Amino acid sequence: MSILKVDNLYFSYGEKEVLKGISFSVDKSIMLGIIGANGSGKTTLLKNISGYLKPKRGDVAILEKNVKDFTIKEKARYIGYVPQDMVYDFEFTCYDIVMMGRIPYLKRFQSERKEDKDIVREVMEITNTWQFRDKNIKELSGGERQRVYIARALAQKPKILLMDEPVSHLDIKYQIEILSLVKNLTLKGILVISVLHDINLASQFCDEIFIMKDGKIMVSGNPKKVLTFENIKLAFSIEVEIFENPFTRTPYIFPSLNGKEKLKVV
Amino acid sequence: MKARKSIYFTLTFLLLVFTMLLSISAGAVKIPLQEILNIFLGSGSEINRKIVLSLRLPRVIESAFVGMGLSVVGAFFQGLLRNPMADPYVLGISSGAAFGATIAIILGLGIFGLSFMAFITSLITVFFVYTISKSGIRVSMTTMLLAGIAISAFMSAIISLLMILNHDQFSRIVFWTMGGFGLVSWNQVIYSVPVILIGSFVMYVFSRDVNAILTGEEVAEHLGVNTELVKKIILIIGSLVTATAVSVGGIIGFVGLIVPHISRLIVGPDNRVLVPFSAIAGATFLTFADLLARIILKPMEIPIGIITATFGGPFFLYLLIRSKQKSEGM
Repeated sequence: MSILKVDNLYFSYGEKEVLKGISFSVDKSIMLGIIGANGSGKTTLLKNISGYLKPKRGDVAILEKNVKDFTIKEKARYIGYVPQDMVYDFEFTCYDIVMMGRIPYLKRFQSERKEDKDIVREVMEITNTWQFRDKNIKELSGGERQRVYIARALAQKPKILLMDEPVSHLDIKYQIEILSLVKNLTLKGILVISVLHDINLASQFCDEIFIMKDGKIMVSGNPKKVLTFENIKLAFSIEVEIFENPFTRTPYIFPSLNGKEKLKVV
Repeated sequence: MKARKSIYFTLTFLLLVFTMLLSISAGAVKIPLQEILNIFLGSGSEINRKIVLSLRLPRVIESAFVGMGLSVVGAFFQGLLRNPMADPYVLGISSGAAFGATIAIILGLGIFGLSFMAFITSLITVFFVYTISKSGIRVSMTTMLLAGIAISAFMSAIISLLMILNHDQFSRIVFWTMGGFGLVSWNQVIYSVPVILIGSFVMYVFSRDVNAILTGEEVAEHLGVNTELVKKIILIIGSLVTATAVSVGGIIGFVGLIVPHISRLIVGPDNRVLVPFSAIAGATFLTFADLLARIILKPMEIPIGIITATFGGPFFLYLLIRSKQKSEGM
């Protein structure tokens, strides 16, 4: 059974067509990276999968059920979303914020049950944020905040976790920490789909990579298959040298200028 | 924490009851508490009975409910627009109402005509602002804020022009725009209290959703909140409540801005707690302000807007400074 199936998806912002016939299917809980040049449609694809944007044509199915047949609340029980830009200007504690992840399971006047409190504690422990429970989110660092928002998405108990550039503004320590954290989630049966800017991080952490170009999936597959000189030149209009990461045995990329640049070895 | 919050609720509620009784008691004729109780129980002197039941009681009830309505709407608009400067008037309701009231005064309509005109023009104004801000199915909150400001400026200009052209009505118009409950009778209470009460309750139903919207509209939608629906309901009901409040009490500033802020400092940002607390606090605050408006320059009555701003402003500043010190101390 496929966890996520996208079938011939088209989307436009006004006249501008951004997604032009996207189709793919994932049947295992893997970590899937989406890379591509700015404006290639990565974020738009995520938002179409989550249902925030309504596709012009085509279908998205979760566990073989069309998302059109879900209510907004039902959908939130299957998809967790960690957006790119976050607002922090409010006084909620981290605990309150993570508890909001239980909204899809609560009726309007229902107060939080023991079950909800247990789940919130569990996901805050998984993301190592339980110690921040009484703190205001404003007091945390960028990486810590990101973990709180991941905890909230996990409190939704989703089958699919969508992330839009979750590490772009973080330092290297937090980048590794966050990506290791979400990679572990795939072992718990969650399909993680993340837009990433750093090709090398994508290569290191993702089981599969999509390269997007002009609203289409140009190529997909494991990092070794996808990250080739030709593909990267096509997608990003830049020439690169490709090495092998000695630890993960995945491709590691250096940009070069017209292929003539001498790599400066220190 | 929960126990402490119930104490705050109880204390504020007692304060409200006390303020209401005090306000019924004080004025040109002092009526002692014992006499008020007698009157409520069906006895008491004829003249005092008349003063309490047909003059002061409707006025006290109206000021409490208007205070409640404005505070509840203020709390929701601040959450929805994610802007601490938002108040019930931010979408142009006040200027719309003032425009209607100005026309009514110039045309020499009575109190009912005036209320009705203010109500209708304020709703038309909000509808206009809303229509401008809508693109497709989504409503841009930023556009709404800006459109509200632009409309307000435009309307104020027209009102000023009308005032200059109708100089004889100048002071009546100014007086109305600064608010007051001097003309309130049961006739207004009968229609305005149900609208404010029901409207506030309908908005309260969505307080958890507004919590989520506070952390970002897009995020809220992904948490299973139908943000567009919630926005529409809060904007429409909030405008109705505000228009009703304005039509009976004029444009009373500051209440809908500072009461939610003060309440937030006391009970925290969760709208499920904040909104009912703001309701009680707002009712208390405006009842007290109306009392002061009646007795400070006795026998002259001053517009209540002057009271809410002179007392509310400095108190709010004090709280801001205190909360700043508190966060620096951490």
